Amino acid sequence: MPKVKIPRKSTNIDMTAMCDVAFLLLTFFILATKQKPPEVLAVTPPNSVSSKAAPDKSILVTMTAEGKVFLTLGDETKKDAILEDFNKIKGLQLSGSEMAKLKKSEFIGQPANQLKSSLASNREILPTQMPGIPIDSTNNELADWIRSVSNVYAAASVDVKDLQNMLLVKGDNAALYPIFKKVKQAFKKNELYKFRIVTNSEDIPAGSELSKQPPTN
Amino acid sequence: MAEMDTSSGGKHKKGPGVKKSKKLSTRVDLTPMVDLGFLLITFFVFTTTMSQATAMNMNEPKDDDVENQKKVKESGAMTILLGRSNQVYYYFGELHIEKISEEFKSTNFKDIRKLILDKKNATPIDDLMYIIKSDSASTFKNSIDILDEMTISKVPPGHYAEVDITETDKTLIRKTEEANGIK
Repeated sequence: MPKVKIPRKSTNIDMTAMCDVAFLLLTFFILATKQKPPEVLAVTPPNSVSSKAAPDKSILVTMTAEGKVFLTLGDETKKDAILEDFNKIKGLQLSGSEMAKLKKSEFIGQPANQLKSSLASNREILPTQMPGIPIDSTNNELADWIRSVSNVYAAASVDVKDLQNMLLVKGDNAALYPIFKKVKQAFKKNELYKFRIVTNSEDIPAGSELSKQPPTN
Repeated sequence: MAEMDTSSGGKHKKGPGVKKSKKLSTRVDLTPMVDLGFLLITFFVFTTTMSQATAMNMNEPKDDDVENQKKVKESGAMTILLGRSNQVYYYFGELHIEKISEEFKSTNFKDIRKLILDKKNATPIDDLMYIIKSDSASTFKNSIDILDEMTISKVPPGHYAEVDITETDKTLIRKTEEANGIK
């Protein structure tokens, strides 16, 4: 019987194309990933099932685990005016260069009476070394800051609702409740009754009421 | 493809003594490189946390109008107290001095969901009210978690509220903590 010759095909595949694809994807992922800026203050926010994204431009109040309170003015266009307003109301008499320095720092975390001396010194003070904004019930300086914020936004005829959407509170899991309560009071004193809490999103627990009828938005 | 013609063109014979140059293929096996590429992709995909921070809405009541304060039916009220070390205490309605040890119960964040849900299902929606009180030893996480529980159990807004803790509640928490050995 004549043998049937089966043509042998090579199992070698040209990998060049696959290699191209792999590295293209790799490049894409590396370039598309937005680098998170290094966090100066280590704060681990609590989890929540909320799925609304936090706004970028914001008035952020940060509470650390030790109970220090910091303020971050995220809206660069209004920052000057807010600092100016606070300077005027509190009578701090900050010079132009000191104001510029204050504007440059991301976190405001010093009592008003220490602000000028610390800005005048050449030494850079890290937020971790700052004492935080005083929020005692007798001397709630955070409320003064929030008043300056609301003054400036009211002057720029920004709707209160829009301002409330920008108010963010970010707190560490371990921060004690009284700190949070005083932060809330600082907002309330300025008749701002709505604000947002920065949280890490978490899946809706299976079998809960919410999972049966997930929110529409 | 990634190949070069290395053959010395044509078939002309070389003379005797002329060494035949070895034909080296420039073809490289790319499989390990592909492996490496995909390994890196996988690594990047897994290590990148899609941690888009979310925001939870928080509505505070105006606390100046005492006359407008809502009266809560005792049958529909559940008071949730947040204490030290993630402990949760609760009672229904009002506490009666003679039955305090029965009425003032302690639980944790795992079990509170069921209790909230049971209360919600057992009470007409108009009467339902959860009163949340936070002890000064409870954390920020606790107060956010309990508000999150309200969202999870779909308690409609306006049917839960944060209220300042009273001295009675404080002493009850202290006593329970001592009894349960919570520091």
